[in-house]
Amino acid sequence: MSETDLGVWTVLIAMLGGAIRVSTPYIFVSLGECLTERSGRINLGLEGTLVFGAMSGYAIAYETGSAWAGVLAAALAGTLFGLFHGWVCKLPKVNDIAIGIALMLLGMGLAFFFGKPYIQPVAPDLPTIALGAWSSSPQVEAALRINVLFVVGIALAFFIAWMLRSTRIGLVIRVVGDSADAARAMGISVDRVRLLATAAGGALAGIGGAYLSLYYPGSWNEGVSSGQGLMAVALVIFARWSPVNCIWAALLFGAAGALGPALQSVGVSSGYYLSYAAPYVLTLILLIATSSTTRAVRGAPGELSITK
Amino acid sequence: MSMIFTPTRRTFIKSAAALAGATALGGLGAGAAAAAGLTVGFIYVGPKDDFGYNQAHAEGAAAVKAMDGVTVIEEENVPETVDCQKTMESMINFDGATLLFPTSFGYFDPHILEVAAKQPDVRFQHAGGMWNADKHPKNVGSYFGYIGMGQYLNGIAAAHATKTRKIGFVAAKPIPQVLLNINSFLLGARSVDPEITCQVIFTGEWSLAVKEAEATNALADQGVDVITCHVDGPKVVIETAAGRGAFVCGYHADQTSLAPEKYLTGAEWNWAKVYTDMVKTTLDGGTIDNFVRGGLADGFIKMSPLGPAVPEAGRKQFEAVKAEILKGGFAAIKGPLKDNGGKVIAEAGQSFVETDVALESMDYLVEGVIGSLS
Repeated sequence: MSETDLGVWTVLIAMLGGAIRVSTPYIFVSLGECLTERSGRINLGLEGTLVFGAMSGYAIAYETGSAWAGVLAAALAGTLFGLFHGWVCKLPKVNDIAIGIALMLLGMGLAFFFGKPYIQPVAPDLPTIALGAWSSSPQVEAALRINVLFVVGIALAFFIAWMLRSTRIGLVIRVVGDSADAARAMGISVDRVRLLATAAGGALAGIGGAYLSLYYPGSWNEGVSSGQGLMAVALVIFARWSPVNCIWAALLFGAAGALGPALQSVGVSSGYYLSYAAPYVLTLILLIATSSTTRAVRGAPGELSITK
Repeated sequence: MSMIFTPTRRTFIKSAAALAGATALGGLGAGAAAAAGLTVGFIYVGPKDDFGYNQAHAEGAAAVKAMDGVTVIEEENVPETVDCQKTMESMINFDGATLLFPTSFGYFDPHILEVAAKQPDVRFQHAGGMWNADKHPKNVGSYFGYIGMGQYLNGIAAAHATKTRKIGFVAAKPIPQVLLNINSFLLGARSVDPEITCQVIFTGEWSLAVKEAEATNALADQGVDVITCHVDGPKVVIETAAGRGAFVCGYHADQTSLAPEKYLTGAEWNWAKVYTDMVKTTLDGGTIDNFVRGGLADGFIKMSPLGPAVPEAGRKQFEAVKAEILKGGFAAIKGPLKDNGGKVIAEAGQSFVETDVALESMDYLVEGVIGSLS
């Protein structure tokens, strides 16, 4: 095997590993946002929920000694943020985007405030499944060390897709998201559906945060998120509001994020600022390639304030 | 001095604040003492308990806090933007601070320089900034330590622990201080085994947890088995590297507790000594030198205790070189030496001792370092 072969393989394995490691928070936040947006509301505050989830998950995991208790606490905290967003947006003349931005800043501020004492201690990590145990190569082994939450996230995406397509609850969410008038005519309480959808979205974003602080990178500090929550909201549009597409979008972003360090590690070291911009360039290219001048954004819920 | 000339409104706010503070403390004595003594402000770019850069400075601030007649005020998470000017102004105008330590590298130009021009009675001390007598105001000073020597010692410990002869460095930005650390780390290792190479990965930012973890994983994938870093908070790098089974060398502060088995040693700041000295000078009515530098011998930096993974031969060599550095005049960068592009840095016989100012404008990676600057 020549040296370039090895380099290419290393980069590919690193990107696979990166996709699996980095994508989980994207998956959870974008699934949560997908659910919320399918009910006709946008919650831009998920970055704040993510950071608060990371903090509360880490804090509770440290206090109780159980990483799963941390995940539960993060989900609970996320639910509260979601409920708050849903409740405020129910009031007349409230803009969901503005509230989302306010909640994002609030969530981060609260997380920084309460998270102070938890920067130093070391909390337990979430368990992993060693899918790469068959391989003799430590690189492959490391890349295929899969966290339980990653598996849960993928299963959840298929579950949500099935739920939206084939169940009554899914139908209700879709009706509310596509036409509030039709939903009211059917006797559905639009506000309650949106409240619950936003709360569920918040819970998922909270779990995404717990993954950040409890598994990868695996510690709580104030710079733990670096904008994953915001990117995930964009991913939903990129995934055209399809939960299954959210997985692919998240994996793509994870892999593209691993490209920069992997290239540097095999000696392609010049222009690393450019390779770090790869995920964003990729998004632009894909969005432009799949856009159309003749029709509206396909798959967009009719009630969304950005598409209305 | 400055008390007499302060405008009425400012004085009013100040005394109101002092009164409120005294009431909160439940005694007027504390407030009165604070007003009479020296107020020192510390500004950090990140959280002050980050196991890294900011924690090292905050430990220095804590030592100052313990001194008599000194009030310490601190603000953390202040970005390297106009925000730090606002923080400085408010520390000066509302808290009466007359000695400021804005600790982050990016605070210097233009922020400290602008505020310093407006506040000639206040002293600004900046870590790592390049104070220049011709260009910069007299009430600004810069101080730094020769921590590259610490990375050189890290390199010696690393060379004795590595099996693959590949060591790695997760770096934030290619500024001279970082480059000196990378080069020193490799040259320290090569002083033990000239076959060793050092893989460097730049993350582009001082604090990016996920990217630091990815960079560490990428190094481990390459078979790198000793990793150190120069980012603001080394916690993520240390934990990720140890999780992958690699040995680690610390930076900024002591990270032994994060990976007790894998931690070899670490290059730490000892700002407590530097800051208490500077505050003492000010309290005694003296003026701090504008350009302060120091190394191991001066107590500006220190090494973490050697970890259990360093073999006996490594311990001996580590202590011997450390003793040599403590004598002063040690040169890590010495000829014959080329950069990793093949350009000659130093001819045979030529050397740059740790105190050489030329090292503070370093713009190369030495031969054996795999990586590039942009």
